[in-house]
Amino acid sequence: MTKVFTSILFFMLMGVVGGFQPAHAELRIEITRGISAAVPIAVVPFGYTGPGASPFDVAGIVAADLASSGRFDPMERKDMLEMPSSGAEVDFQDWRLLKAQVLVVGRVSPINADEYSIQFQVFDVFKREQILGYRMPTTRAAMRASAHYVADMIFEKLTGVKGVFSTQVAYVTVTGKGKDRNYELVVADADGANAKSISNSPDPIMSPSWSPDGRKLAYVSFEGGTSAVYVQILRSGFRQKVSSRRGVNGAPVWHPDGRRLALTLSQGDGNLDIYVLELTSGRLERITSHPAIDTEPEWRKDGRGLYFTSDRSGRAQIYELELLDKKAVRISREGSYNARPRLSPDGKQLSLVTLDRGNYRIGIMDLDRGTLRVLSEGKLDESPAFAPNGQTLIYAAREGSQGVLATVSADGQIRGRIASADGDVREPVWSPFPPN
Amino acid sequence: MRNAKLVILLAATLMLGACSKSPDVKDGWGDEPEMVTGAQDESGSSQRGLGENGVRGGEEFGGMNLDGQNVLDGTTIFFDYDSTDIKLDYEDVLMAHARYLVENPGARVRLEGHTDERGSREYNIGLGERRSQSVRRVLMLQGAQDSQIITVSFGEERPAEFGSSEDAWAKNRRVEIQY
Repeated sequence: MTKVFTSILFFMLMGVVGGFQPAHAELRIEITRGISAAVPIAVVPFGYTGPGASPFDVAGIVAADLASSGRFDPMERKDMLEMPSSGAEVDFQDWRLLKAQVLVVGRVSPINADEYSIQFQVFDVFKREQILGYRMPTTRAAMRASAHYVADMIFEKLTGVKGVFSTQVAYVTVTGKGKDRNYELVVADADGANAKSISNSPDPIMSPSWSPDGRKLAYVSFEGGTSAVYVQILRSGFRQKVSSRRGVNGAPVWHPDGRRLALTLSQGDGNLDIYVLELTSGRLERITSHPAIDTEPEWRKDGRGLYFTSDRSGRAQIYELELLDKKAVRISREGSYNARPRLSPDGKQLSLVTLDRGNYRIGIMDLDRGTLRVLSEGKLDESPAFAPNGQTLIYAAREGSQGVLATVSADGQIRGRIASADGDVREPVWSPFPPN
Repeated sequence: MRNAKLVILLAATLMLGACSKSPDVKDGWGDEPEMVTGAQDESGSSQRGLGENGVRGGEEFGGMNLDGQNVLDGTTIFFDYDSTDIKLDYEDVLMAHARYLVENPGARVRLEGHTDERGSREYNIGLGERRSQSVRRVLMLQGAQDSQIITVSFGEERPAEFGSSEDAWAKNRRVEIQY
């Protein structure tokens, strides 16, 4: 009884101290449609072996991460009967009664002024067996990142799929109207926290693309009134204008080798074609030469071919091109409009924007079979991007006149919306996995 | 004197253009013009017959008033859904622009192409570019020099009108002519 009471007291303290408010509004993923098979999991607030309250709510982040995947249904803390912080304190019968299938317990221990250790254990409640146990050093500043790492380990252990909770998302926001309009390129943690503006302009910013190592972003900015492609190093903010030719400079996308960009140029005659730009030498190679609009290139996984959007057949469709002979073949067969191809991490599927009975929606095309599946349900959905584990797509949608972000699992079963503050949010792109 | 008269005439032309150019909106989805074909050149060449209107003959073109503001600045050409064709309503206005450029070889014009919000963003950059190119082509057929014209496409990034109605879309399918 006293144990329960102290746990509750502990939790209340944590609620006050640990539940810090971000300085400005962040995006938050909210699962709008989950799967009935979501695994009931109890992530018990981690204990703290130091004096006073825990400096950070690790378990809160872990539970939120697991919930955001749609595959887990974390138990509410108020429903927990006890708050064990190690396996020895666990009464499996209680958790069984509460219908938790998986139990996560852990504790944070101070090592010195700024260093801490996080240890946690994951149990199969029915088998009363430990599935995973781990201890890691961290710092106060890295506590949130460590919590995401804990969530990634648990997710991978339980699903067999690598977690994406330690990754980041870049997106464009637009606030204000008329002369006060402000475009910002933002990079945030995958859960929406730590949102930081890395570039802003009164003129449009669009088409962000992550370098394969996750250290740089290429994007288009119209600052000064004309379009140019920039490459920016995230850590330092250092950036370089890599293409500002006459006419359109757009749709940059990194080659898997990280040394080249495919992009779209109109070179003054107004005809959009695909080019490849070698970043160090500045050497430019023309890839398509067609009076139609050729744009939105995407590299094939082997880096020796490209997918792109072209309206050479009259309307926008997806084409595949071999770099060797530059021959393009149409690969989208269903639907009157298909555009903006983005490859799945395994290289087997393309996500795209497809016209579905009068609505622009997110589709997934199977590259082997050529079949197209519509995944989203909006009217003006666009800019799909795969998470690096291929499980989820993030895309831009409309709610009224506001641009918002939404997620859908690649099997279409789990949907989420990402609540945003004022203004439009658009063109989300998921980072690759962080290098280990 | 003559200048003032021209300015008024041009202003009237522009206003007429503005009134008669309310875009007629067809039903359906997809802001997707046809491929640019010979049809574009035909619409350009049809303008050659317009030398007969009353606005010709001024040696000093009155497009630039005393404080340097161009009365032609701010003209907007609207496009039908699914089209990059310039409607006949705009011939007078475009003739005036072309004449201004011919008579002022130092003048530079900026053609900003825009689309409505439907479809993918980079593809819409292509459509906006196509629209500004069709205006450029008309101006060049009338004698304007390539070096005088800059085209920029903003695609759907800079709507004139917010919202997702047919009316807003019609106002956003446009080329803005700026000096």
